[in-house]
Amino acid sequence: MELIIIIISSVLINNYVLVQFLGICPFLGVSKKLSPAISMGIATTFVMTITAAVAWIINQYILIGLNLQFLEIGAFILVIAGLVQLVEMFIKKTSRPLYDALGIFLPLITTNCAILGLALLLVIKEYNFIESIVFGFGSGAGFTLALVIMAGVREELEMADVPAYFKGAPIALITASCIALAFMGFAGLI
Amino acid sequence: MVTRKFTLWKEFAKGLWDENPILRMLLGCCPTLAMTNSATNGFSMGIAVIFTLISSSTIISLMRNLIPKEVRIATYIIIISTFVTVVDRTMAAFLPDISKAMGPFIPLIVVNCIILGRAEAFASKNTVGRSAIDALGMGIGFTLTLTFLGSIRELIGAGTIFSVQIMPENFIPWAVMILPPGAFLMLGLIIGAVNWLNAQITKKAAH
Repeated sequence: MELIIIIISSVLINNYVLVQFLGICPFLGVSKKLSPAISMGIATTFVMTITAAVAWIINQYILIGLNLQFLEIGAFILVIAGLVQLVEMFIKKTSRPLYDALGIFLPLITTNCAILGLALLLVIKEYNFIESIVFGFGSGAGFTLALVIMAGVREELEMADVPAYFKGAPIALITASCIALAFMGFAGLI
Repeated sequence: MVTRKFTLWKEFAKGLWDENPILRMLLGCCPTLAMTNSATNGFSMGIAVIFTLISSSTIISLMRNLIPKEVRIATYIIIISTFVTVVDRTMAAFLPDISKAMGPFIPLIVVNCIILGRAEAFASKNTVGRSAIDALGMGIGFTLTLTFLGSIRELIGAGTIFSVQIMPENFIPWAVMILPPGAFLMLGLIIGAVNWLNAQITKKAAH
Protein backbone atom coordinates (compact mmCIF):
# COMPACT_ATOMS: atom_id res chain seq x y z
CA MET A 1 0.00 0.00 0.00
CA GLU A 2 2.79 2.35 0.98
CA LEU A 3 4.50 1.60 -2.34
CA ILE A 4 1.37 2.29 -4.39
CA ILE A 5 1.04 5.65 -2.67
CA ILE A 6 4.66 6.47 -3.50
CA ILE A 7 4.05 5.64 -7.18
CA ILE A 8 0.83 7.64 -7.47
CA SER A 9 2.30 10.58 -5.65
CA SER A 10 5.50 10.67 -7.72
CA VAL A 11 3.73 10.24 -11.07
CA LEU A 12 0.71 12.48 -10.63
CA ILE A 13 0.71 14.60 -7.50
CA ASN A 14 4.36 15.60 -7.16
CA ASN A 15 5.10 15.23 -10.85
CA TYR A 16 8.81 15.71 -11.35
CA VAL A 17 8.60 18.24 -14.15
CA LEU A 18 5.30 20.02 -13.66
CA VAL A 19 5.25 20.39 -9.89
CA GLN A 20 8.86 20.05 -8.72
CA PHE A 21 10.57 21.73 -11.70
CA LEU A 22 13.26 19.11 -12.11
CA GLY A 23 14.47 18.20 -15.58
CA ILE A 24 13.08 21.26 -17.34
CA CYS A 25 15.89 21.35 -19.94
CA PRO A 26 15.02 18.01 -21.61
CA PHE A 27 11.33 18.77 -21.05
CA LEU A 28 11.64 21.87 -23.24
CA GLY A 29 14.41 20.58 -25.48
CA VAL A 30 13.25 17.10 -26.45
CA SER A 31 9.49 17.65 -26.59
CA LYS A 32 9.11 18.86 -30.17
CA LYS A 33 8.36 15.40 -31.60
CA LEU A 34 6.64 12.46 -30.01
CA SER A 35 9.01 9.56 -30.73
CA PRO A 36 12.26 11.07 -29.37
CA ALA A 37 10.26 12.19 -26.35
CA ILE A 38 9.25 8.59 -25.66
CA SER A 39 12.86 7.36 -26.07
CA MET A 40 14.13 10.07 -23.75
CA GLY A 41 11.48 9.20 -21.19
CA ILE A 42 12.36 5.50 -21.23
CA ALA A 43 16.10 6.18 -21.00
CA THR A 44 15.59 8.57 -18.08
CA THR A 45 13.27 6.20 -16.22
CA PHE A 46 15.83 3.43 -16.65
CA VAL A 47 18.72 5.52 -15.31
CA MET A 48 16.58 6.94 -12.50
CA THR A 49 15.58 3.52 -11.21
CA ILE A 50 19.20 2.36 -11.12
CA THR A 51 20.40 5.67 -9.66
CA ALA A 52 17.88 5.38 -6.84
CA ALA A 53 19.24 1.98 -5.84
CA VAL A 54 22.91 2.98 -6.09
CA ALA A 55 22.44 6.38 -4.42
CA TRP A 56 20.65 4.72 -1.51
CA ILE A 57 23.50 2.25 -0.98
CA ILE A 58 26.15 4.98 -1.26
CA ASN A 59 24.29 7.22 1.15
CA GLN A 60 23.55 4.52 3.72
CA TYR A 61 26.87 2.66 3.80
CA ILE A 62 29.47 5.17 2.71
CA LEU A 63 28.21 8.67 3.52
CA ILE A 64 26.31 7.93 6.73
CA GLY A 65 28.53 4.95 7.61
CA LEU A 66 31.70 7.02 7.51
CA ASN A 67 29.99 10.22 8.69
CA LEU A 68 30.75 12.08 5.47
CA GLN A 69 27.34 13.58 4.69
CA PHE A 70 28.87 16.91 3.73
CA LEU A 71 30.42 15.21 0.68
CA GLU A 72 26.99 14.19 -0.58
CA ILE A 73 26.87 16.57 -3.57
CA GLY A 74 30.26 15.61 -4.94
CA ALA A 75 29.75 11.91 -4.27
CA PHE A 76 26.37 11.75 -5.97
CA ILE A 77 27.39 13.64 -9.10
CA LEU A 78 30.44 11.41 -9.58
CA VAL A 79 28.37 8.28 -9.07
CA ILE A 80 25.76 9.47 -11.56
CA ALA A 81 28.35 10.37 -14.19
CA GLY A 82 29.98 6.95 -13.78
CA LEU A 83 26.66 5.17 -13.73
CA VAL A 84 25.39 6.72 -16.94
CA GLN A 85 28.63 5.74 -18.65
CA LEU A 86 28.28 2.19 -17.35
CA VAL A 87 24.65 1.88 -18.40
CA GLU A 88 25.58 3.18 -21.84
CA MET A 89 28.33 0.56 -22.27
CA PHE A 90 26.07 -2.18 -20.92
CA ILE A 91 23.21 -1.38 -23.30
CA LYS A 92 25.62 -1.08 -26.21
CA LYS A 93 26.92 -4.61 -25.54
CA THR A 94 23.64 -6.33 -24.75
CA SER A 95 20.96 -4.62 -26.82
CA ARG A 96 22.10 -2.79 -29.92
CA PRO A 97 18.59 -1.75 -31.11
CA LEU A 98 17.80 -0.12 -27.77
CA TYR A 99 21.18 1.63 -27.84
CA ASP A 100 20.51 3.03 -31.30
CA ALA A 101 17.02 4.12 -30.31
CA LEU A 102 18.29 6.06 -27.28
CA GLY A 103 21.23 7.58 -29.15
CA ILE A 104 22.51 10.91 -27.87
CA PHE A 105 19.93 11.07 -25.07
CA LEU A 106 21.73 8.56 -22.90
CA PRO A 107 24.96 10.54 -22.25
CA LEU A 108 22.94 13.75 -21.91
CA ILE A 109 21.14 12.31 -18.90
CA THR A 110 24.23 12.99 -16.74
CA THR A 111 23.52 16.71 -16.81
CA ASN A 112 19.80 16.23 -16.24
CA CYS A 113 19.07 17.75 -12.87
CA ALA A 114 16.21 15.30 -12.36
CA ILE A 115 18.73 12.53 -11.64
CA LEU A 116 20.78 14.42 -9.07
CA GLY A 117 17.53 15.80 -7.64
CA LEU A 118 16.28 12.24 -7.20
CA ALA A 119 19.37 11.22 -5.24
CA LEU A 120 19.08 14.31 -3.02
CA LEU A 121 15.35 13.85 -2.45
CA LEU A 122 15.88 10.22 -1.39
CA VAL A 123 18.11 11.43 1.42
CA ILE A 124 15.63 14.13 2.46
CA LYS A 125 12.65 11.74 2.44
CA GLU A 126 14.53 8.97 4.30
CA TYR A 127 13.09 6.12 2.21
CA ASN A 128 14.24 2.53 2.70
CA PHE A 129 15.84 0.52 -0.11
CA ILE A 130 12.66 -0.82 -1.77
CA GLU A 131 10.83 2.49 -1.39
CA SER A 132 13.79 4.26 -3.00
CA ILE A 133 13.67 2.05 -6.07
CA VAL A 134 9.90 2.48 -6.39
CA PHE A 135 10.29 6.23 -5.96
CA GLY A 136 13.00 6.29 -8.65
CA PHE A 137 10.82 4.37 -11.06
CA GLY A 138 7.72 6.44 -10.27
CA SER A 139 9.59 9.70 -10.74
CA GLY A 140 10.89 8.50 -14.09
CA ALA A 141 7.39 7.47 -15.14
CA GLY A 142 6.09 10.90 -14.12
CA PHE A 143 8.81 12.56 -16.16
CA THR A 144 7.94 10.38 -19.17
CA LEU A 145 4.24 11.16 -18.81
CA ALA A 146 4.83 14.92 -18.73
CA LEU A 147 7.25 14.72 -21.65
CA VAL A 148 4.89 12.66 -23.82
CA ILE A 149 1.86 14.88 -23.11
CA MET A 150 3.94 17.95 -23.88
CA ALA A 151 5.28 16.45 -27.13
CA GLY A 152 1.75 15.53 -28.20
CA VAL A 153 0.51 19.07 -27.61
CA ARG A 154 3.51 20.65 -29.31
CA GLU A 155 3.08 18.51 -32.43
CA GLU A 156 -0.40 19.99 -32.76
CA LEU A 157 0.93 23.48 -32.00
CA GLU A 158 3.06 23.30 -35.16
CA MET A 159 -0.13 24.00 -37.11
CA ALA A 160 -1.27 26.83 -34.85
CA ASP A 161 -0.82 30.48 -35.74
CA VAL A 162 1.38 31.66 -32.88
CA PRO A 163 2.32 35.38 -32.62
CA ALA A 164 5.83 35.86 -34.02
CA TYR A 165 7.47 36.89 -30.74
CA PHE A 166 6.00 33.91 -28.91
CA LYS A 167 7.29 31.22 -31.28
CA GLY A 168 9.54 28.59 -29.72
CA ALA A 169 10.30 28.77 -26.02
CA PRO A 170 7.61 31.25 -24.87
CA ILE A 171 4.68 29.31 -26.28
CA ALA A 172 6.20 26.06 -25.00
CA LEU A 173 6.32 27.53 -21.49
CA ILE A 174 2.74 28.76 -21.72
CA THR A 175 1.66 25.30 -22.91
CA ALA A 176 3.51 23.79 -19.95
CA SER A 177 1.64 26.19 -17.72
CA CYS A 178 -1.72 24.85 -18.95
CA ILE A 179 -0.59 21.24 -18.44
CA ALA A 180 0.69 22.10 -14.95
CA LEU A 181 -2.67 23.68 -14.19
CA ALA A 182 -4.38 20.44 -15.19
CA PHE A 183 -2.01 18.44 -12.99
CA MET A 184 -2.95 20.62 -10.02
CA GLY A 185 -6.27 18.79 -10.13
CA PHE A 186 -4.51 15.68 -8.82
CA ALA A 187 -3.42 17.48 -5.67
CA GLY A 188 -6.24 16.14 -3.50
CA LEU A 189 -6.01 12.57 -4.78
CA ILE A 190 -4.47 11.03 -1.66
CA MET B 1 44.02 51.21 -22.59
CA VAL B 2 40.69 52.63 -23.70
CA THR B 3 39.90 49.58 -25.82
CA ARG B 4 40.89 47.25 -22.97
CA LYS B 5 38.51 48.95 -20.59
CA PHE B 6 35.83 48.89 -23.26
CA THR B 7 36.16 45.15 -23.89
CA LEU B 8 36.06 44.42 -20.16
CA TRP B 9 32.83 46.41 -19.92
CA LYS B 10 31.45 44.47 -22.87
CA GLU B 11 32.43 41.20 -21.20
CA PHE B 12 30.42 42.30 -18.17
CA ALA B 13 27.42 43.81 -19.93
CA LYS B 14 26.70 40.96 -22.31
CA GLY B 15 25.44 38.85 -19.40
CA LEU B 16 22.87 41.49 -18.53
CA TRP B 17 21.02 41.65 -21.84
CA ASP B 18 22.58 40.35 -25.08
CA GLU B 19 23.48 36.95 -23.68
CA ASN B 20 21.28 36.94 -20.59
CA PRO B 21 21.44 33.32 -19.44
CA ILE B 22 17.71 32.90 -18.84
CA LEU B 23 15.96 35.28 -21.21
CA ARG B 24 18.17 34.84 -24.26
CA MET B 25 19.93 31.49 -23.83
CA LEU B 26 17.27 29.58 -21.85
CA LEU B 27 19.86 28.13 -19.47
CA GLY B 28 19.24 27.26 -15.85
CA CYS B 29 15.48 27.02 -16.18
CA CYS B 30 14.91 24.66 -13.25
CA PRO B 31 15.94 27.05 -10.46
CA THR B 32 14.36 29.92 -12.40
CA LEU B 33 10.96 28.29 -12.31
CA ALA B 34 11.24 26.72 -8.89
CA MET B 35 12.77 29.53 -6.86
CA THR B 36 10.79 32.55 -8.08
CA ASN B 37 7.67 32.04 -5.96
CA SER B 38 8.85 35.06 -3.97
CA ALA B 39 11.31 37.88 -4.57
CA THR B 40 13.38 36.83 -1.54
CA ASN B 41 13.82 33.27 -2.79
CA GLY B 42 14.75 34.43 -6.29
CA PHE B 43 17.27 36.91 -4.93
CA SER B 44 18.91 34.38 -2.56
CA MET B 45 19.17 31.82 -5.34
CA GLY B 46 20.80 34.46 -7.54
CA ILE B 47 23.37 35.33 -4.88
CA ALA B 48 24.22 31.64 -4.38
CA VAL B 49 24.74 31.26 -8.12
CA ILE B 50 26.86 34.45 -8.39
CA PHE B 51 29.21 33.15 -5.69
CA THR B 52 29.54 29.69 -7.27
CA LEU B 53 29.91 31.11 -10.75
CA ILE B 54 32.67 33.59 -9.87
CA SER B 55 34.64 31.15 -7.70
CA SER B 56 34.51 28.26 -10.13
CA SER B 57 35.19 30.42 -13.20
CA THR B 58 38.23 31.95 -11.48
CA ILE B 59 39.65 28.61 -10.37
CA ILE B 60 38.98 26.94 -13.73
CA SER B 61 40.57 29.83 -15.55
CA LEU B 62 43.64 29.61 -13.29
CA MET B 63 43.95 25.89 -14.00
CA ARG B 64 43.04 26.03 -17.67
CA ASN B 65 46.52 25.01 -18.83
CA LEU B 66 46.84 22.20 -16.27
CA ILE B 67 43.60 20.33 -16.95
CA PRO B 68 43.95 17.60 -19.60
CA LYS B 69 41.38 18.06 -22.34
CA GLU B 70 39.95 14.53 -22.04
CA VAL B 71 38.86 14.84 -18.43
CA ARG B 72 37.98 18.53 -18.38
CA ILE B 73 34.22 18.14 -17.83
CA ALA B 74 34.71 15.84 -14.84
CA THR B 75 37.30 18.25 -13.41
CA TYR B 76 34.95 21.21 -13.84
CA ILE B 77 32.15 19.34 -12.10
CA ILE B 78 34.37 18.52 -9.12
CA ILE B 79 35.51 22.14 -8.82
CA ILE B 80 31.92 23.37 -9.09
CA SER B 81 30.59 20.84 -6.59
CA THR B 82 33.25 21.97 -4.08
CA PHE B 83 31.94 25.53 -4.17
CA VAL B 84 28.32 24.41 -4.12
CA THR B 85 29.07 22.43 -0.97
CA VAL B 86 30.54 25.60 0.56
CA VAL B 87 27.36 27.56 -0.31
CA ASP B 88 25.08 24.77 0.88
CA ARG B 89 26.79 24.36 4.27
CA THR B 90 27.07 28.13 4.77
CA MET B 91 23.39 28.69 4.06
CA ALA B 92 22.33 25.79 6.26
CA ALA B 93 24.38 27.29 9.09
CA PHE B 94 23.50 30.99 8.82
CA LEU B 95 20.19 31.13 6.91
CA PRO B 96 18.39 27.94 7.95
CA ASP B 97 14.93 29.21 6.88
CA ILE B 98 15.91 30.12 3.33
CA SER B 99 18.01 26.96 3.06
CA LYS B 100 14.96 24.89 4.01
CA ALA B 101 12.67 26.74 1.57
CA MET B 102 15.07 25.98 -1.27
CA GLY B 103 15.17 22.26 -0.55
CA PRO B 104 17.37 20.41 -3.03
CA PHE B 105 17.82 23.44 -5.30
CA ILE B 106 21.03 24.67 -3.64
CA PRO B 107 22.84 21.34 -4.21
CA LEU B 108 21.35 21.27 -7.70
CA ILE B 109 23.41 24.34 -8.64
CA VAL B 110 26.06 21.73 -9.52
CA VAL B 111 24.17 20.67 -12.62
CA ASN B 112 23.04 24.20 -13.48
CA CYS B 113 23.94 24.57 -17.14
CA ILE B 114 24.93 28.23 -16.72
CA ILE B 115 27.95 27.41 -14.58
CA LEU B 116 29.26 24.48 -16.61
CA GLY B 117 28.45 26.43 -19.77
CA ARG B 118 30.56 29.43 -18.72
CA ALA B 119 33.38 27.12 -17.62
CA GLU B 120 33.43 25.32 -20.96
CA ALA B 121 32.71 28.28 -23.25
CA PHE B 122 34.61 31.05 -21.50
CA ALA B 123 36.77 30.35 -18.45
CA SER B 124 38.69 27.51 -20.10
CA LYS B 125 39.90 29.85 -22.86
CA ASN B 126 40.30 33.25 -21.22
CA THR B 127 42.46 34.99 -18.61
CA VAL B 128 41.48 35.08 -14.95
CA GLY B 129 40.34 38.70 -14.92
CA ARG B 130 38.13 38.39 -17.98
CA SER B 131 36.64 35.12 -16.72
CA ALA B 132 35.77 36.67 -13.36
CA ILE B 133 34.16 39.71 -15.04
CA ASP B 134 32.23 37.44 -17.40
CA ALA B 135 31.03 35.35 -14.46
CA LEU B 136 30.01 38.46 -12.53
CA GLY B 137 28.01 39.79 -15.49
CA MET B 138 26.28 36.47 -16.10
CA GLY B 139 25.56 36.05 -12.38
CA ILE B 140 24.08 39.55 -12.07
CA GLY B 141 21.99 38.99 -15.21
CA PHE B 142 20.70 35.76 -13.69
CA THR B 143 19.99 37.38 -10.30
CA LEU B 144 18.18 40.38 -11.80
CA THR B 145 15.98 38.14 -13.92
CA LEU B 146 15.18 35.89 -10.97
CA THR B 147 14.41 38.81 -8.66
CA PHE B 148 12.24 40.47 -11.32
CA LEU B 149 10.32 37.28 -12.02
CA GLY B 150 9.98 36.58 -8.29
CA SER B 151 8.74 40.12 -7.60
CA ILE B 152 6.04 39.94 -10.27
CA ARG B 153 4.85 36.52 -9.16
CA GLU B 154 4.86 37.56 -5.51
CA LEU B 155 3.07 40.83 -6.29
CA ILE B 156 0.24 39.17 -8.19
CA GLY B 157 0.16 35.96 -6.21
CA ALA B 158 0.38 37.36 -2.68
CA GLY B 159 0.17 41.15 -3.02
CA THR B 160 3.67 41.70 -1.60
CA ILE B 161 7.25 42.22 -2.80
CA PHE B 162 10.08 41.06 -0.49
CA SER B 163 7.23 40.40 2.00
CA VAL B 164 6.26 44.12 2.02
CA GLN B 165 2.56 44.72 1.33
CA ILE B 166 2.20 46.61 -1.97
CA MET B 167 -1.29 45.88 -3.22
CA PRO B 168 -4.28 47.58 -1.51
CA GLU B 169 -6.06 45.73 1.30
CA ASN B 170 -9.03 44.58 -0.79
CA PHE B 171 -6.86 43.00 -3.52
CA ILE B 172 -7.62 39.29 -3.84
CA PRO B 173 -4.31 37.52 -4.61
CA TRP B 174 -4.17 35.19 -7.62
CA ALA B 175 -2.78 32.27 -5.65
CA VAL B 176 -2.07 30.33 -8.83
CA MET B 177 0.76 32.74 -9.67
CA ILE B 178 2.92 31.47 -6.82
CA LEU B 179 2.06 27.85 -7.72
CA PRO B 180 3.82 25.91 -10.53
CA PRO B 181 1.51 26.95 -13.43
CA GLY B 182 2.17 30.61 -12.65
CA ALA B 183 5.92 30.02 -12.97
CA PHE B 184 5.64 28.55 -16.47
CA LEU B 185 3.14 31.20 -17.60
CA MET B 186 5.11 34.18 -16.30
CA LEU B 187 8.46 33.02 -17.72
CA GLY B 188 6.79 32.38 -21.09
CA LEU B 189 5.19 35.84 -21.13
CA ILE B 190 8.41 37.57 -20.07
CA ILE B 191 10.52 35.81 -22.72
CA GLY B 192 7.89 36.74 -25.31
CA ALA B 193 7.97 40.36 -24.13
CA VAL B 194 11.78 40.42 -24.26
CA ASN B 195 11.69 39.07 -27.83
CA TRP B 196 9.33 41.89 -28.77
CA LEU B 197 11.43 44.53 -27.01
CA ASN B 198 14.57 43.28 -28.71
CA ALA B 199 12.92 43.41 -32.13
CA GLN B 200 11.95 47.05 -31.44
CA ILE B 201 15.52 47.90 -30.45
CA THR B 202 16.94 46.28 -33.58
CA LYS B 203 14.39 48.12 -35.70
CA LYS B 204 15.39 51.44 -34.16
CA ALA B 205 19.08 50.71 -34.67
CA ALA B 206 18.44 49.91 -38.33
CA HIS B 207 16.83 53.31 -38.99
